[in-house]
Amino acid sequence: MNTNNHFDAIIIGGGPAGMTAGIYLSRARLNTLIISDGVPGGQMILTHEIANYPGVESISGYQLSNIMKKQAKSFGCTIKGNSQVTDLQLEGEIKSVTLSDGTTYTSNVIILTPGGRSRTLNVPGEAVFKGQGISYCATCDGDFFTGKEIVVVGGGNSALEEAVSLTKYATKVTIVHQFDHFQAFEYAVEEAKANPKIHFIMESTITGFHGNEKLEHVDIKNLKTGEVQNFLTDGVFIFIGYVPNTEFLRGKVEMNQWNEIVVNSDMATSIPGVYAAGDSIVKRYRQVTTAVGDGTIAALAASGYIHQLKSRHLHETLAH
Amino acid sequence: MLYTNLHHVMTAEEHQKLISENENVMICCGRMGPMCIPVYGIMEDLEEEYKHVKFADMEFDNPEAYVIRNVPEVRGFMGIPFTMYYKNGKLVKATSSIQSMSQVRAILDNEFAPVTVS
Repeated sequence: MNTNNHFDAIIIGGGPAGMTAGIYLSRARLNTLIISDGVPGGQMILTHEIANYPGVESISGYQLSNIMKKQAKSFGCTIKGNSQVTDLQLEGEIKSVTLSDGTTYTSNVIILTPGGRSRTLNVPGEAVFKGQGISYCATCDGDFFTGKEIVVVGGGNSALEEAVSLTKYATKVTIVHQFDHFQAFEYAVEEAKANPKIHFIMESTITGFHGNEKLEHVDIKNLKTGEVQNFLTDGVFIFIGYVPNTEFLRGKVEMNQWNEIVVNSDMATSIPGVYAAGDSIVKRYRQVTTAVGDGTIAALAASGYIHQLKSRHLHETLAH
Repeated sequence: MLYTNLHHVMTAEEHQKLISENENVMICCGRMGPMCIPVYGIMEDLEEEYKHVKFADMEFDNPEAYVIRNVPEVRGFMGIPFTMYYKNGKLVKATSSIQSMSQVRAILDNEFAPVTVS
């Protein structure tokens, strides 16, 4: 095929996995399109400092992402940011991706690198008070809560570490967690428990946010007794982990019970010509470095698949 | 200093000049953090399309940003960035914290008129 909207490979997701795959494929002279539903860079751009990326002593996630983007573009990769996928056809030799602006792109290979996002509580009032008392970033918004009483939701490393860091600003931090124990590492639990400003409400969850111009109180439900208390607070920070951005792939590719994409050691999915890499696949460690590794493998495997496909088509043409 | 590709507003005087000399202005006032960077990226993407809007950023911790931090419309805001939309020099809309592409588009279309295809 030789149309403006046909590519050798389409990569869905512009984080480090997708960008790496884009660099490798474009450098291999394969016509490649990266589609990113937000700003290219994925979760990486949200990292203030990356100090464990080999070869780079210290860099912000935003800068590293910009370098990767520039590198991919320098090899001829096309990048479309802030574009939502509305339809996806993965079966067959020609795959297709339709975006919210109505444009359809086709390709021989698709690499899925949609990454993940912060989990939300998804309870009434959460959307209303985002930025007006509800936050998902302690380093961004902590200073708005100087001298105030706040709540932190979650029981993992992020929740406990951020609760401790928020005591720099808040007079009292109440951690609300759904279980009777924490998932965080012991050092983080000990540090939080030793901090006199931190209090705990265990086996409980927030079921509603209320206020006028800004957040004023929340409903905290005890999951054992069902009792709901009206809890006065100036702010709530939510750190309850990440979810893969794979809703649009439901029923199209094999996923596990947590909606993570199942791949083999070549990053190949259950569909021929469809690969996946990065935070959205089944794996234990989610780092920029592991995403870059996954992206490399997916690109090399995809490149092999494309060459096989092209070579088969050439033989078929010659045979006729 | 915000290392974005947007026009940077550095002083209160420059802010006043920008909003008085341009009919439609969107200014994102934030830091280089996870809630702000996506909004800068959206603005960079929309800059070419919304030619009738002037896009800019201003550093939240710059003392001169009082022109944004201290206006009554942001009194309840407790999350950065503070994103301000001005029409003919007047503040017509302000949002707090991260926004999606569709949310920004909706405000631009509603406050400044949608992009027309010629």
